[in-house]
Amino acid sequence: MEILSLLADGFAVALTPQNFFLAVVGCFLGTLMGALPGLGPANGVAILIPIAFSMGLGPTPSLILLVSVYYGAMYGGRISSILLNIPGDEPAMMTCLDGYPMAKKGMAGEALSLSGVASFVGAFFATCGLVLLAPQLVKIALLFGPAEYFVLFTVAFATLGGISSNNQAKSAFAAALGLGIAMIGSDSQTGSQRFTFDHIHLYDGIDFLIAIVGLFALSEVFIFLENHRGGAVASSGEVKIGRIMPDFGMIKRCIPSMARGTGLGFFAGVLPGAGASLGSFLAYSLEKQTVDRDGKTFGKGDPRGVAAPEAGNNAASGGALVPMLALGVPGSGTTAVLLAVLLQLNITPGPLLFTKNPDVVWGLIAALFLANFILLAMNIPLVGIFTRVLMVPTRILMPIVAMISFVGIYSITGSSFDVMLMVGFGIAGWVLRKLDVSLVPVILGILLGNQMEVNLRRAMTISDGDWMVLFGSPLAIILWVIAVTGFVLPMVMGRRIKKKMEAARDEEAFVGD
Amino acid sequence: MSDRIFGIFGLALAVFYIWAASIIKDSFMVDVVGPRAFPYIVGTIIGICSLYFIIRPDEEPNWPHFKAFSEIVFAAAVMFLYCLALPELGFLISTVFATAYLTWRLGTEPLWSLVAGASTSVGIYVVFHLILGLALAEGPLGF
Repeated sequence: MEILSLLADGFAVALTPQNFFLAVVGCFLGTLMGALPGLGPANGVAILIPIAFSMGLGPTPSLILLVSVYYGAMYGGRISSILLNIPGDEPAMMTCLDGYPMAKKGMAGEALSLSGVASFVGAFFATCGLVLLAPQLVKIALLFGPAEYFVLFTVAFATLGGISSNNQAKSAFAAALGLGIAMIGSDSQTGSQRFTFDHIHLYDGIDFLIAIVGLFALSEVFIFLENHRGGAVASSGEVKIGRIMPDFGMIKRCIPSMARGTGLGFFAGVLPGAGASLGSFLAYSLEKQTVDRDGKTFGKGDPRGVAAPEAGNNAASGGALVPMLALGVPGSGTTAVLLAVLLQLNITPGPLLFTKNPDVVWGLIAALFLANFILLAMNIPLVGIFTRVLMVPTRILMPIVAMISFVGIYSITGSSFDVMLMVGFGIAGWVLRKLDVSLVPVILGILLGNQMEVNLRRAMTISDGDWMVLFGSPLAIILWVIAVTGFVLPMVMGRRIKKKMEAARDEEAFVGD
Repeated sequence: MSDRIFGIFGLALAVFYIWAASIIKDSFMVDVVGPRAFPYIVGTIIGICSLYFIIRPDEEPNWPHFKAFSEIVFAAAVMFLYCLALPELGFLISTVFATAYLTWRLGTEPLWSLVAGASTSVGIYVVFHLILGLALAEGPLGF
């Protein structure tokens, strides 16, 4: 009952005219960003964070705008999967398998609206799950001391490589790189200057927004320069949209698929390091095994093959918010970027968030519900507009993305040095991506580095320098076990899962032929 | 091979990082651990991972050919120049050229690139500065 009244307060915040307007704008922009291949949710949110901050919006309106972009981008990813057989972002990959064949059969409109409904179902129930689960995790809060927090951060880094990672050393390297960058500037405990080399611009450390926009958005521009010289994303007008409303029978037939996809996706989202890609992959695989054992209809345009992974990936993105809000441990790139938003707003996610800033948390959760309804209402009638965006040539679009990144950072810091630093991060991001080093741990290292060190030093102060304090409680030991398992498991299973995902991708290439 | 080079670079970075950590000055407030311990741990992890890359490199990634690579180098150079030009020339003028260059290198005709550059620059200026009120770089002409 208490949850309902808190949620009602949240809705009162989210439904003010300004916040509602921001939610609509966020949903619209997010869907556009998600629909464009390459510009996934993490990039979308990354580009817009500096803009949102420099507009001088308060914490709650900024959050509402940015989470609407997040959910919007998760919805939008499916559009290019279905119309072009190119996933807008990685989690939308599985949607290509049956979505594109449906489009080729002249059912693009139906596939788009069905996947819109499935996205709604996945995200809606995942948000309900968030409401129920996150406050429970908060009860563990009382058990956390500095040592446990330190180990919790270690868990975040250890599991971030993800279950499908095949080189954990690269994830660890990326995390350490991020932590190393976070150390630049004044030491928060003693005030000593570290790694600044008497350079005045480095005294305050490196703002993580600069790193995020550089690593995500600008490196994407460089990747485009390398690979996509020339044409539009879409070879215009190849696929006709057709009728937009799917018949009720089709939706009814897909309800069990959506339910299974939602459950699995949410679970994958809550697990640290698993994320939306695995959520949609598991949802699709389970669906295929459940309803199409002989392999007769899946891969050939079966609506259930669209509904399950879409419900799965959207449920996973809701699920990923549970550990992010309740423990301060983001499970995916986009939740890491959202964590940056919270930290920038001086809100520290974690067990105390629900008691210290209930207005922000419940306003945010209400905004997620709101965004879902707006997206459902927006996605079905406006699908034509979003598809038209895919016809804008990338050669026009990518420079605009680059310039908006510059505008965002410059309008916050007003310093040429910081903008140059952003370009430097862009180049570094490009090199790291070529070398298959994930960028998310770098970001997370920059974000959490300070907190991690502060907690380590507090723990050591309390124990008077005894390192065994890090293993001193049952909770800490459990967390160490999770960290070690999360780090080692991908070494054992990662290649196998990755192979399966690649096999599915090959199948998709075959479908595309 | 790429991973090995990356590993050597990482190792150099780790050594530099640990050296730079060792010269951090103590302040009059020192806790049990001090400001150097955590950087030492981080530097050591970077070093160990780099050694691993040298010993067990991944498969060779697809590096771009010389032409695509030089595109990236030039684009980065133009972006750096853009950063330097922003406070000198102002947002509108610098952005026209930077966008035109990128649009041109992504495959648009030169003249149309200039048109795209000008439209993007004015468009962003109107939306972000005039409508949303963001502070953009002001040149000698005030925009």
